[in-house]
This record gives sequence, structure tokens and C-alpha cells, in this order.
Amino acid sequence: MIDRASPLARFFGEFRESRAAVFGLVVVGLMIGLALLAPLITPQDPYDLASLTLRDARRPPGYVGTAGFTHWLGTDAQGRDLLSAILYGLRISIQMGLVAGAIGLVLGASVGTTAAYLGGRVEAFVMRLIDLQLSFPAILLAFVIAALLGQGKWQLVAALVAAQYAYFARTAHGAAAAERHKDYVEAALSTPLPARRVVFRHILPNALPPLIVVATVQIASAISLEATLSFLGVGLPPTEPSLGMLIANGFPYMLSGRYWISIYPGVALIILIFAVNLVGDQIRDQLNPRLRR
Amino acid sequence: MTDGFVTASGVSRHFTPSLPLGERIVAAFGGAVERRSVRAVDQVDLSLRKGEALGLVGESGCGKTTLGRMIAGILPPSDGALAIAGEPVMTCGASPRKTTTRVQMVFQDPFASLDPRMRIGDALAEGPIHHGLVSKAGAVAYVRDWLGQVGLEPDYVSRYPHQFSGGQRQRVAIARALAMRPDVLVCDEPVASLDVSIQAQIINLFLKLRRELDLTLLFISHDLGVVRHLCDRVAIMYLGRIVEEGPTHEVYADPRHPYTQALLDSVPKLVLEEGAEVRFKPIQGELPSPLAPPPGCHFHLRCPFAAERCAVERPTLRPVATGRRAACHFAKTDLNIITGSSSSPAVIASGAKQSS
Repeated sequence: MIDRASPLARFFGEFRESRAAVFGLVVVGLMIGLALLAPLITPQDPYDLASLTLRDARRPPGYVGTAGFTHWLGTDAQGRDLLSAILYGLRISIQMGLVAGAIGLVLGASVGTTAAYLGGRVEAFVMRLIDLQLSFPAILLAFVIAALLGQGKWQLVAALVAAQYAYFARTAHGAAAAERHKDYVEAALSTPLPARRVVFRHILPNALPPLIVVATVQIASAISLEATLSFLGVGLPPTEPSLGMLIANGFPYMLSGRYWISIYPGVALIILIFAVNLVGDQIRDQLNPRLRR
Repeated sequence: MTDGFVTASGVSRHFTPSLPLGERIVAAFGGAVERRSVRAVDQVDLSLRKGEALGLVGESGCGKTTLGRMIAGILPPSDGALAIAGEPVMTCGASPRKTTTRVQMVFQDPFASLDPRMRIGDALAEGPIHHGLVSKAGAVAYVRDWLGQVGLEPDYVSRYPHQFSGGQRQRVAIARALAMRPDVLVCDEPVASLDVSIQAQIINLFLKLRRELDLTLLFISHDLGVVRHLCDRVAIMYLGRIVEEGPTHEVYADPRHPYTQALLDSVPKLVLEEGAEVRFKPIQGELPSPLAPPPGCHFHLRCPFAAERCAVERPTLRPVATGRRAACHFAKTDLNIITGSSSSPAVIASGAKQSS
């Protein structure tokens, strides 16, 4: 019972025991690192039109281009180096996933915990509204909102948040409702401390573990949702191509044997989502009291 | 009754369970639906003098915790008024809030009453800083001082609750309540979940703190021994009502209500006199459902002295001796008060007690 290690130190100690999760974390870290460093390590800025030449278009992996460097993953229809394009695309995909995930987390957690604290009719109304939203597929909602708002980074973030905050709200509400009537909350209220402080300093931190799990899952799903929307043409503008748009660009050439234009961005997307999910699964297992040793 | 420091007058608390969906729909369309509510606390009058320790005793489910929570300002009463030094504990209106810091509470389970994600230094400082009892800069010294007062190492400020044992946690919880500098401390079975050896330490801590800080104590317990040790006065509760009240030693020596007698007799005793029989009698029967309490005196179904009148008329809590009250039609009275028909059956009650 008497354990001197802080909860955080214990958490990382347990996390290290899972090889798959550590592998996932390393891969995620590596991809974030590569994405951040993309302008420094790529041989070509894929969106500098001056550096592109159509003579290099649709060349297979390993082709040595006119600029003198090898295109390890081939080139696309405009003659872009695909490896460079993928690293730039990762940048945007990860950025979108993190920003949408973070805003969704803050918004959803606030709505969910506040509803759980207030209880009664407010809670019933808000949560039924969220249930209603959850009964629609997220992709449908995001698609409609993205189409209505038009193209653009922030419009897409808004669409992703609108589609995903409900998952955070649902989870936060469940966790917070369980904490709401525990003695330490009543003790804080009977001090008395103001409701806002009790919600954000006592209830929310204790409702956080399940939210962290949902956050990792939702970041992965925000990335794939964004890719889907971009693939369908309602996502990011062509000036900021994410992985989804790269896949879409290569799609017409799939059947003509130039598989690499679509496949490699797809592989990068799969690795990223898989790695995030590996980390998320381990966090979920560790925070699930029923699986605790 | 209104001259006390802490006063509860006519306080009730009802809990109405929410209806099943089907019945709610029927009700929404104007159908007649029976709504039954639990009267957890039913028209209780209680008062504490300043500096007094009152023990509130009763079986599980008798409403003692609910009454304690109302006095501590956690639950608003459905009816009646609660005041400390004439000041109401909670605001009125649709969503009552607690306004006073003069009453604080110590909870039964020290594993649930401390925020597991907050260092105890922060947990103790939070309230006093918010209410301006101490500045942010002085908070650490203030908290260390209180940890010392309850017999903990002042260096524990940066620890989390999971790093403490049950007894230490209860000390932390007591320090948190006292750091608000309350006049009144409501303790809801504060030792019930602790080991016996630790219980004694915590009881002694209460005795010491009460003396040093001039605290008024409402001590809720089902343990008659603990109450005898700690409290000046005792109030016995049964199914939401107070059935007997008076100075602890008098009530224990000469209980006037049959329920109090039965409760005292049901305590197993370790020391037996030479040749004495084992005087350990459980109370007959089951506690009736609080959803449908019996009419008249709530105890009449289990009472060995019950008469017809008990099933019809609710006995009032009336004076039976100086500073003592009991809610029984037939309670023995030392006062020269003419109370109608209560004179002859009172002999039954007292006679039965002597023979037991």
C-alpha cells in the first residue's frame, strides 16, 4: 500500500514492460521527428514547382532523376519525389491529427464533466444530444461539415472536432459521473469550494485516464478521417497536400501498373496509425483497473 | 430547543427514487402513478451547546449519516431549518449551496475522502487559501503545522494519499477539516473502517483536539463503546427519528426507551461477573422497510412492551428527566409532569428492565 514512486513514474515503468508499445512509441516518435525535419532532410521541396520537371513524372522507385538524386520511392504524375512528398504529407497529417485531437479533448471533456456535475435536466439534454450525434457515422458528419465550410486547414479542423468531440464528451461524462458522488468531491464541495474549481481541479483529473485512452484512439482516427476527406476532395487544399491527397493523386495510375504513387503514401499512413494504436492499446490496458496486476 | 449553538429544528430529508421509464411515460400523460419516498430523516429536532460532543447512534440505515450530512451542509434538508450560531448552513432556493465554513466533516472511509490525484499539502491548503485563512506564501507552513497537530510528520506535505495507511489517511482527513478552522466538526463513523488499535489512536486524537480547539463535535457511530468514551451526550436514532437523547452516562445506565435498552443489551460484553449469564440479546425482528415504515411508533413491531396505542399514535420526544428526552408513550419519567395515561405502563418498562 505504501508506495513511494509517483504515479507517473510507476506508469512509465509498466509501459516499458510492453515491447510492442515501446516499439509503437519509437515509431511514432521517429515519424514525428522525420515529419518535423522534412524540409532539412528531403532532397527536394515537392511543392516548389520550379524544381519539378515532367520528364521525371511517374518514374518507378530507384530512378535517378535529372536533378541527380535517386527517387527511392519513385515519382508522381508531376515528377515529384514521392519520399519527399510523403514526409511533407506526414507533417500535415500529424499536425491535423494532434490539433483536432487536442481541441476535441478539451471541448469534449469540458462538456462531459460539466454535464455530469450539473446532473438533472441539463445533463439529460446534453447527453441525449451527444448520443444522437454518435448515432451518425463520424465520417458522414465530418464530410457534410467540411463540404459546407469549404477547403482550408481550419475548416477541416473544425469538421474533425465536430465529428469527434462527442466521443470525448461521452467518455468524460461516464468517468466524471462515477467520480461525482465520491466522498472527496463532497468533501471539496462542503469546504465549500466553488463548483468550477471542484469540476476542474478534482473531478476532471480523476476522469482523465479513460480520456487519455480515447485521445490516442481519436488522434489515429482523426488522421485517417482527414486522409479520407482529402482523398474524397473535401479536405485540405492542394497547396497543403496530406497523405490522403497523395493517395488520391496516385489513384488513377493504380491500374496502369504505377502502383507506387498511391501505395507508398498509404503504407506511411498505415504505419503511423498502427503505431499510435499500439501505444494507445498499452495505455488502455494499463489504466483499466480490471486488468491491473 | 433554540438556545443551542448548532440547531436542527423540524429537519426532514426525503429521497424519492426515480420512476421506471414506463411509469414516467404514464405520469407524463397525466396518469396516476404512486410515488413512494424514503423518509431518511423525519422531523428531527436536535441541538448542541458550544463545546459539546454529541454522539448520534443507531443501526445502519436509520438516517444518522443523512442527518450528519445535512448538518455539515452537504445535503440540503427537504424540510426544516439548520443553523450554526443562528446562521443558516445552506442557502435556500432551487439549488442550495453551502455558505458557512464553520462546520466541516470527517468522512467514514479515508480511502474515498481524499482526492487520489492531489498531494496532501495541496488538498489541505486548498480550502484555507480560497477562504483567505492563509496566504499562498504562508500555506506550506500552515499545512505543516496542521499535519503536526494531528500527529503526522510535517514532511508528508508532498505525498499522495496512496502512500499512507488507513489511520494516517484519517489523520490527513481530520487535518483537512480542521485547517478550515471550524467551530463544529461532524464525524461520520470516522473510526468504523479502521483497525481496532488504530481506532483508539484516532479517538484519543479527537479527545485531544476537542480540548485544545474548543470544538463542538457531532460524532456519528454505531459503536456504543466509542460514543461512551468520547461524548457528553448521546442521541439514539431509529428509522429517521430520534427516540432518546440525554447525557451519555445517564442514558447508558438507565435507558428510558425500549429501543435504547435493546441496543445496549445487544452489545456483546467481554467481562462477565461471577456466575452471571451471558447478557447478549440481539434485537428481535428485522428493521422495517424505510419505504413503508410502520404507523405510530416506528419501533412497535419489535418492541416487547408495545400496546395498542403504539401502533396508532406517534410518540413525541418529550422530557423524561432533567436534560433527557425520550419518544415512548410509556417511558419512565422523573419529572413531575402530568402525562396522562403514561403512568402505569411506565412501571412495565422499568420493571422489565430490572428483571432483565
